[in-house]
Amino acid sequence: MSDAVLVIGGGIAGIQASLDLADMGKHVYLVEKSPSIGGRMAQLDKTFPTNDCSICILAPKMADCYDHSNTTILTYSEVKEITGSAGDFTVTVLKKARYVDAKKCTGCGECTEKCPAKAPDLFNMGLGTRKAAYLYFLQAVPRVALIDQEYCIRMTKGLTKDGKPRCGVCKDVCQAGAIDFDQQDEEITLNVGAIIIATGFDPYDPTSLTEYGYRRYKNVVTAMEYERLICASGPTGGHLKRLSADDRDPKTIAFIQCVGSRDLHHNKYCASVCCMHSTKEAILANEHDPEIHSYIFYIDIRASGKGFQDYVARAKKEYNVTYIRSRVAEIAQDAGENPVIWYEDTNSRQVKSMTVDLVVLATCMVPRTDAVGLAAITHTALDEYKFFQTSPLAPVDTTIPGIFACGYCQGPMDIPESVAQASAAAARAAEIVS
Amino acid sequence: MQALTPYKDAIDIVKEAGGEAFEQCYQCGLCSGTCPWNLVTSFIVRRLIHQAQLGLVDFEDDDLWLCATCGACVARCPRGVEIIDIMRAMRNVVAEVGAAKVPDSLRITAKNIASAGNPQGEAREIRGNWAEESKVKTFTEGTELLYFSCCVPAYDPKVRRIAQATAGILNKAGVDFGILGAKESCCGESIRKAGNESIFQSLANSNIQAFTESGVSKVLVSSPHCYHTFKNEYPALGGNFEVVHTAQYLLELIRDQKLKLTKELNKKVAYQDPCYLGRHNGIYDEPREVLRSIPGLELIELPDSREESICCGGGGGRIWIETKKGERFSDLRLEQAIEAGAEILAVACPYCMLNFDDSVLTMDKGEIIEIRDISELVWGAI
Ligand SMILES: Cc1cc2nc3c(=O)[nH]c(=O)nc-3n(C[C@H](O)[C@H](O)[C@H](O)COP(=O)(O)OP(=O)(O)OC[C@H]3O[C@@H](n4cnc5c(N)ncnc54)[C@H](O)[C@@H]3O)c2cc1C
Repeated sequence: MSDAVLVIGGGIAGIQASLDLADMGKHVYLVEKSPSIGGRMAQLDKTFPTNDCSICILAPKMADCYDHSNTTILTYSEVKEITGSAGDFTVTVLKKARYVDAKKCTGCGECTEKCPAKAPDLFNMGLGTRKAAYLYFLQAVPRVALIDQEYCIRMTKGLTKDGKPRCGVCKDVCQAGAIDFDQQDEEITLNVGAIIIATGFDPYDPTSLTEYGYRRYKNVVTAMEYERLICASGPTGGHLKRLSADDRDPKTIAFIQCVGSRDLHHNKYCASVCCMHSTKEAILANEHDPEIHSYIFYIDIRASGKGFQDYVARAKKEYNVTYIRSRVAEIAQDAGENPVIWYEDTNSRQVKSMTVDLVVLATCMVPRTDAVGLAAITHTALDEYKFFQTSPLAPVDTTIPGIFACGYCQGPMDIPESVAQASAAAARAAEIVS
Repeated sequence: MQALTPYKDAIDIVKEAGGEAFEQCYQCGLCSGTCPWNLVTSFIVRRLIHQAQLGLVDFEDDDLWLCATCGACVARCPRGVEIIDIMRAMRNVVAEVGAAKVPDSLRITAKNIASAGNPQGEAREIRGNWAEESKVKTFTEGTELLYFSCCVPAYDPKVRRIAQATAGILNKAGVDFGILGAKESCCGESIRKAGNESIFQSLANSNIQAFTESGVSKVLVSSPHCYHTFKNEYPALGGNFEVVHTAQYLLELIRDQKLKLTKELNKKVAYQDPCYLGRHNGIYDEPREVLRSIPGLELIELPDSREESICCGGGGGRIWIETKKGERFSDLRLEQAIEAGAEILAVACPYCMLNFDDSVLTMDKGEIIEIRDISELVWGAI
């Protein structure tokens, strides 16, 4: 029997579940795949319906979670195998090499500064680049750099003719002596009594909806990309710009709802948060520049949460946001790289076109691609959309006793709901390990 | 309580055709925004569907006859509503229940097809006349392939060249094929879409009987409309034949080296995806590959092609209804082709050929661009 708990996934749900358990005196192992905890919430600019700065309310929780005496945070790690049953699980975790000694690294950023190799910046949704020696993002927890072996010159280019490595600048400049090119992946075995899955979601790739021109037209972006574009710590320093070479500030923005959602050709379900996040994003645009007029193309506005309907009303009244009831048929592009939207205005019963400066696609949110693998490892069942299966009167219980699921990995939900579920999952897990 | 509409049964026919998905339409308007009619005038597809959902269809509404069944809306509809089936059912209520008046030209066509087995109302006996010059035999037991030309090339002298080129190619490649001539009837695909279900049923039965009696197992067609109904609709009536469209068959012959394309055609050619070959049956690559096999030919893509292709306007019985100048999709498409620098617009459907030939004529573009069926282009390259 073990009185520890494994939490898989360090987004807001995983963080909250870990904090609750740690506060109850249980030991928590939090395994996070990416180099930092924080999840999607760390990538958001603000949160609806209060417009709180997302990272500002998240960062203290990230720090508390990391610093807590009852937690062990394993980032850049993955669960490989689980055996046993409720009360006594044996877990094998693969901790990938960062090529940086976490104990020595101070997160000063010197290696990043001097590193000559560039890689796409995944935290910024591929907008812009970062270095091969990098910190996942400014507020990353743990504040430990890592080296991307796919892009590092030393690790990809081999030796020179006279047998010397081609680069090593990071090692030369690191005053803490933390760079360690010989670091190896590590396998860790844990014994836990309960497991909480909190692996969240991926944004749906809208490329297959060719009629919307994503990737073909520069000024058609996804909502997740938009969150980074408008964020002060994002690739443009929070200056909301078009992605075409003209660099113009957009004055009209169209938000297209239900892209790949509620659509039997893509995902049948409603992703539940997009009506609100597009409203938020339109409000933020207007706060950045009061001249911006936003149009939200929707099928029906789903504002069924605390304060949501008022939020929508405020967007209309105070932030120059117009809601148009229509599922957009097509997006074309004019000679000035402006997106042209074709749609039926269902109120006036007319097919119209509208030329805007920027289009934001509210794409569906789907389970992480490795949910299937994780379900196999944990022997838990997934539902028809590959969300972890739960039941109405046991909403955080998976199909395996002792294994729980919370947050977006088990169904569409916003941050407050993910947090509530996380606390529920923590309570359920605590029952087992007490 | 009073009935909202005097055609209560009629509404049931429509609802039945729409099935379960029809109930699920959430009136998003994607279909209207997608419909090519809105490039030239206003056609709010969603409104018709909504009226049908409510049981309040205005059967007198001319809009009922606009849909060219191109399938662009169906391909995108997030709820899987079979919009074409619903259109067909609404037309059926007019054509066969008598809820309103059928447009004149369509009424005459339906009569022709019902009596003579072809929309032109020509004699059955002369259906095979096009083949005399091409030395085509009559299909008999044991012949490998039935070539079914479609009524348009069979009777329309301007379009006959499609059938003749195809027969020429088949002869050249040494294919054992024949036609059924007077025993063939119109395939019935379009008249069914125009709401004449019973005419379709009798045409289909007659063809199935003729094919079966003659021992046909494989049919080659020039028209995607024949292709569609033979392949997807005849089986439900007991007609199970292997069906190939010329685009597919030509490619096979070329790949098997039964045809050698040697004569150069140094022209820029754009290809028009027929709705019933592309969207309805997913055949996009074969015709393009056939064109690319012609030496010298430069294949260019039109702005809206493949899945997004704009219809010529001839489906769903529209080929028999006059479309006002200024509202013809084929005019728009021709302009696109000319703008793209095409010297030839290649087609793979006799309806496309009719409509585009007409556009070339009425727009006076004969010196800039010509319309050619892919079979003609291949025939010219041998
Ligand atoms: C554009 C956009 C804007 C939004 N705006 C708002 C808003 O304003 N307000 C609001 O309430 N909600 C908003 N949301 C929704 C919000 O992002 C989610 O509700 C929330 O992020 C869910 O948290 P989570 O912890 O369940 O998942 P995530 O945030 O996805 O976190 C999951 C974590 O698990 C990790 N992980 C995944 N797989 C594995 C694995 N196999 N092993 C280990 N770790 C793994 C991931 O790396 C990640 O860190 C928005 C969503 C989008 C797309």
